[in-house]
Amino acid sequence: MKNNRRNFIKFAGLAAASLCIAPKAMASSGHAAPVKKHADGLNAKHWAMVVDTRKLNSEEAIAPLAAACHAIHNVSEIDTKQNIKWLWASPYEECFPEQQNPYMDDSVKERMFPMLCNHCEQPPCVRVCPTKATYQRPDGIVAMDYHRCIGCRYCMAACPYGSRSFNYSEPRKYLDLTKLNTEFPTRMRGVVEKCNFCVERLSVGKLPACVEASNGALTFGDLTDPESDVRKVLRENYTIRRKPSAGTEPSVYYII
Amino acid sequence: MLERALKGSPRYYAWIGFLMLVIAAGAGAWIYQLMEGLTITGMSRDVSWGFYIAQFTYLVGVAASGVMIVLPYYFHHYKPNKHMVIFGEFMAIGACVMCMLFIAVDVGQPQRMFNVMLHPTPNSILFWDMTVLIGYLTLNLLCGWVCLEHDRMRLPHPKWIKPFIIISIVWAFSIHTVTAFLYQGLPGRHYWLTAILAARFLASAFCSGPAILLLVLKVTEKVTSFQMPRNAVRTLTKIIAYAMVVNMFFLALEIFTAFYSNIPGHKHSIVYLFAGVHGHHELVPFMWTFVVMAVVSLTLLIPPRFRDNQKLLPWALAILVVATWIDKGLGLLIGGMNPTPFETITPYWPTGLELLISAMVYAIGALIVTVLFKIATSVKQDLEQSQALPCGCSTEDHCDCSSEEEAPAADEAPAQEAEAAA
Repeated sequence: MKNNRRNFIKFAGLAAASLCIAPKAMASSGHAAPVKKHADGLNAKHWAMVVDTRKLNSEEAIAPLAAACHAIHNVSEIDTKQNIKWLWASPYEECFPEQQNPYMDDSVKERMFPMLCNHCEQPPCVRVCPTKATYQRPDGIVAMDYHRCIGCRYCMAACPYGSRSFNYSEPRKYLDLTKLNTEFPTRMRGVVEKCNFCVERLSVGKLPACVEASNGALTFGDLTDPESDVRKVLRENYTIRRKPSAGTEPSVYYII
Repeated sequence: MLERALKGSPRYYAWIGFLMLVIAAGAGAWIYQLMEGLTITGMSRDVSWGFYIAQFTYLVGVAASGVMIVLPYYFHHYKPNKHMVIFGEFMAIGACVMCMLFIAVDVGQPQRMFNVMLHPTPNSILFWDMTVLIGYLTLNLLCGWVCLEHDRMRLPHPKWIKPFIIISIVWAFSIHTVTAFLYQGLPGRHYWLTAILAARFLASAFCSGPAILLLVLKVTEKVTSFQMPRNAVRTLTKIIAYAMVVNMFFLALEIFTAFYSNIPGHKHSIVYLFAGVHGHHELVPFMWTFVVMAVVSLTLLIPPRFRDNQKLLPWALAILVVATWIDKGLGLLIGGMNPTPFETITPYWPTGLELLISAMVYAIGALIVTVLFKIATSVKQDLEQSQALPCGCSTEDHCDCSSEEEAPAADEAPAQEAEAAA
């Protein structure tokens, strides 16, 4: 009989423990919430971008693209080292530090290059994120959950392209609240943010804002589809990618 | 047992009061940071980790170092360390807590820190770092407390604690290895992208950590009746000397690889640290101070004549601690973040508030170590273990203190005995 009581307590303990675990196990069993897809949404197996730097190569040409991107995503303009950038212009040696030579053609050397998140096929930022706040979508886009991010900035240390920005202070302080894009959220303090390949626009059938503003200098499409625009441009032109030695396989290609 | 920390001299209370003041000031600064965000630090878009993470990295080494006392005792049955073990474990507790606090003050959304446990992500080294740190803290709390409690009750240590002690010894290596992995797996950071980084971390931990522990114990000797056994001190000093030699050797390996291979990425950080690039020389004076102090500390630690001079030893250790702190608590992080991914230099320097918050964390660590050491020394005093004799020896030294003049000769004898036994 003494044994019985012990067994009962054991059973009760096990039952209590499994009750704690069960909801979590159910939640993680892979049933995604039903999402109704937009009828015109653009889909791809792997999104990629090609930048034609013969057409898009000066501060003046890149600024409107950055402005369009930053306006649509409510990106703060901060005039300090703690600034936020999704898309910006840089000289050759900052864009391709491992691929320069001293006798390069002046026209290339003096170009400015648009820089943005490369949406790598092997993204180091996703590998290091301790909360899955940075994750890779099945269509290749490296996306961020700003509500999951704890602000450890490990992804910033891991990104070989300096494509991420951290909200050191309250970002809304630096926004013109009368000109907010109400279709897209603002961020809170203490989280990392970056270019998202305009995933919110793709889902309703629009191309990324920078591509739309580029007058054809940026090509966007499905890398896995041989008939897509990007593949056509990649076939017809010689392209390079940033820091090939990092092994990240960027999805942004540059025509030089 | 905690009540033992409540009975102390006015000097003890003055020290506790001072630490409380530093903690209060730092807490004020931290509340300000919580209100304003990390914008009050000197960090930037390019240098996104700063002083906090650098201190965390340094202190992981201090936490791991207690093992240099525990390991010889449990694996090699090196008896002189017997009464030192508890201090190594208690030091590790203080260091682990400081490590966690440095991470807590560094994250942008501290209230979401539990996300690391709610969404466990085994592909992130940060997840493993949290796991090993919490594990090491728990192991040391358990082993330290249970052993001391049994000492106090004059009972032998329970058998079931032995496996936990063995695990904690192996675990100590893991915490520093995993912290090095945090850095060394990043493709864009050449200064960290080296297979030898974990080995460098361990080498620097096993010299700087025991050095800090010895210095703290020297202070403990001054303010309590506790006295370290001389042979234990000698052995630990030898370990420190060897570890520092290995540490500097590893640094030389890095420099050879970078400069003989002539690969620009590998050279940049080292050139930035020791010579400066693009007109930025912020760290050059510090790094050369590190080199000079490292050489001086080795000069004072390698020849036995200097190493066994107990008057000189605290200086040698202090110089070593400063040297390794510059290398790992400053140069490693800033040198790794700079050059930036664009091969430009963005200067970083901690702000006053950043330093004040860091002082708070250090003061909390000092408070924990003080309280734990106070408990441990008072138990040792009750048991009359490792107590100071009039001649300056410890009760563990088997020294004959009948005549003051003979004391130096007497403490040579056990050393020879020990060596003969070994």
